[in-house]
Amino acid sequence: MTVLAVVFVCSGVFFLLLGAVGILRFPDFYTRMHAAGKCDTLGVLLTFLGLAIYEGFGLASAKILLIALFLLLTSPTATHAIARAALNNTVTRAGRPEETVRR
Amino acid sequence: MQVFFLATSLVILLAVLLALYRVIKGPAIIDRIVGLNVIGTKTITIILLTGFLFERIEFFIDIAFVYALINFIGLLTFSKYFERKGANDWRTGK
Repeated sequence: MTVLAVVFVCSGVFFLLLGAVGILRFPDFYTRMHAAGKCDTLGVLLTFLGLAIYEGFGLASAKILLIALFLLLTSPTATHAIARAALNNTVTRAGRPEETVRR
Repeated sequence: MQVFFLATSLVILLAVLLALYRVIKGPAIIDRIVGLNVIGTKTITIILLTGFLFERIEFFIDIAFVYALINFIGLLTFSKYFERKGANDWRTGK
């Protein structure tokens, strides 16, 4: 059981680190948003699943899974909200400097 | 197992530093806010790992839940504000 928890936590931390590298290296706002939203959601879910497996059956692991469910619902919502705010305010894309997206 | 949790926390701290570079250096203010959201999500994981490190997980879970709520509501408030105000650079005003 501990080995399974270590595997889940390590893969989750790998995705978190990959998301951080993506937000550092990508050229414009929307690709950065792509890396941040997907990698953060998957990495946090895998890490919390591993921690819940390590904790065992009980109230604490149920609360950890509740936080994971909350992040699964709210992280794509937050990504969508901030991307729509950028799209409505003509944040330019890389390679297309003078583009007016909406309005 | 404590060494594993400490090493995991340090690797996530490295990811936080990579995102902090984007917060400091990001060209528009909306890039900084995305970096802050990423840092907040990693902070929730670090809080839970700290709970496992000190073997007081039943206290640290509630702190992590409140931090997740504050992170989500803060980002929604920022995006609502920038939909009306404009999301460009605060230094150049473009």
